[in-house]
Amino acid sequence: PPSSFRLRRAAVLAAGLIRYRRGGPGRGPVLRDVRRGRGPDIDDAGHKYHLEFVLEDLNDKDSAVNCTAEVLYHLGNRNTPPDVQFTIEGELKSSDEADHRFYNQIKSLKEELVAENIPDSHGNVPPALVPIRLLAWAAAGYVIWQNSTEDTELHLAQIKRVKQVKRSDEYLEFDYVILLHDVVSQDVIPWRITVLWHPQHGVQVTR
Amino acid sequence: TPNMKLILIFGALFGASLCLETFVGHQVLRIKTRNEEEVKQLQLLESLEHLELDFWTSPSTCALPVDVRIPVNNVQAVKAFLESHGIEYSILIEDLQVLLDQEKQDMADSQQRERASSTFNYGTYHSLDAIYAELDHLVYEYSDIVSKFEIGRSYENRPLYVLKFSTGGRNRRAIWIDAGIHSREWVTQASAVWIAKEIASSYGQDPSIISLLNKMDIFLLTVTNPDGYVFTHTTNRMWRKTRSRNQGSLCIGVDPNRNWDAGFGGPGASNNPCSESYHGPRANSEVEVQSVVNFIENHGNIQAFITLHSYSQLLMYPYGYKCTQPADYVELDALGRAAASSIQSLYGTTFTVGSICNTIYAADGTTIDWAYDNGVKYSFTFELRDSGRYGFLLPSTQIIPTATETWPALLDIMVHVLEHPY
Repeated sequence: PPSSFRLRRAAVLAAGLIRYRRGGPGRGPVLRDVRRGRGPDIDDAGHKYHLEFVLEDLNDKDSAVNCTAEVLYHLGNRNTPPDVQFTIEGELKSSDEADHRFYNQIKSLKEELVAENIPDSHGNVPPALVPIRLLAWAAAGYVIWQNSTEDTELHLAQIKRVKQVKRSDEYLEFDYVILLHDVVSQDVIPWRITVLWHPQHGVQVTR
Repeated sequence: TPNMKLILIFGALFGASLCLETFVGHQVLRIKTRNEEEVKQLQLLESLEHLELDFWTSPSTCALPVDVRIPVNNVQAVKAFLESHGIEYSILIEDLQVLLDQEKQDMADSQQRERASSTFNYGTYHSLDAIYAELDHLVYEYSDIVSKFEIGRSYENRPLYVLKFSTGGRNRRAIWIDAGIHSREWVTQASAVWIAKEIASSYGQDPSIISLLNKMDIFLLTVTNPDGYVFTHTTNRMWRKTRSRNQGSLCIGVDPNRNWDAGFGGPGASNNPCSESYHGPRANSEVEVQSVVNFIENHGNIQAFITLHSYSQLLMYPYGYKCTQPADYVELDALGRAAASSIQSLYGTTFTVGSICNTIYAADGTTIDWAYDNGVKYSFTFELRDSGRYGFLLPSTQIIPTATETWPALLDIMVHVLEHPY
């Protein structure tokens, strides 16, 4: 059977990409379990893993959905991020209400939002900052996907700093400094990203 | 609902902390629009900037109630407007400032209570000094079975305190448990203190502990890396290693879990002092590691060696420095699975069981590989909660659940050791 850590690394990567594509301030899909998997299947393209896993929402333990994914780590070109094809069976819970509430709160702020250390040293996240954290988490999914190899397992460790950038158009923009933790090397790596978000248009990482 | 109120309060607090406003007399109304016409009226209201209305949900065609905070001077005018258009509303919060003041008072009271009382809060993270004070308190309160001694001093000269749980005898077969070898893994030191309290306080009642301590001793090192732990409080919450100086490098610290004399210096560790898994200039170079080695070797009758780490939810046995199975693989694997099953039965937390090499990665110079190769058959490493959502920053609300679910697994192992002397 494949070493359990290889399947887990591929599942963490797939969940990260799903979080980028489907997550946001109102929704935080996270890996709960790896059900089954096989790999690596080795061919010229690279190493491929087939996975069945369960996602749930960070704030709702009753929201489990089954997913399947194929993860291909390219061997030839190290700069190409892994290919991930995924299927979510059923629906992730709707985040419209939470998204709109967050959007309106931020839009109506007189001063740009600034915050640090989310969660704090004790793991606390003030309720008002939960959407800010979920948004970072979705954006981190992009960074994790782009930078993962078979020899990494990346997680968002902490948001060191977030600063809103006011825009005249309908998007919300935030500059984040995040810390990523790689379970394999145990490195904690700071990363600066600029994140755009809109309830209808989802998450975009522009830097 | 209470939750909704809390969200609104924090929203207001959040707003207040940014804008330094007060909210005396401000009311929060919940408005239920029944048709498009009413929505249009609300949108008109929203456009009147002089009213300084703070819509927490925007009037739109979504059929959701609209919550709006109204400054005190405009409350009557807005209510009159709504009533004249037959728009239904209810008062969610009568006076926002009263609620905020109450909240502030509650928090201050709670902090006051904690300072005044002498009970140690096991459900929060503590400074090194507070942990050491609690160790003394446990020794004082349960002096018939708990004692404390020093096995050495850290690089920065902090004591390494081990608690001994014993009902007497001479050099009995013993269990060794250590926590906090990697300083950022805060749930491990916190769980270790809870475990100390659990052993001490249940000795009189729990039959397993009674029979255990009748024949065996337990040694518990709650903070293996105190220099690193202090550093995570004062400077860098993500610090992992010791704080020793490295010759010829500006980078500080050695990974104390790559510094043991078992496969030392192999590819499963780094020779770069700036790396988080730097193995150090030689095996046992770190005084924290050497102190434990000395104790175990001098004792000579340690029958189990358990190290607590976080995070990843794994229960592992040797080896990390090679991928071949240990001679006792079958027994260790079965015991590990039984222990993991005990963890799961409490809150459903799943742990993966296997050797270090197969479960996480190749790692050289680890604690349990050394212990195993030096005759301690029952050697296990735990990686406690969680699996990545909070990682090292595990919310303090999860400390007690984590310790509570880990405890039966430790008990499984200890009872097995009791019943299988070697």
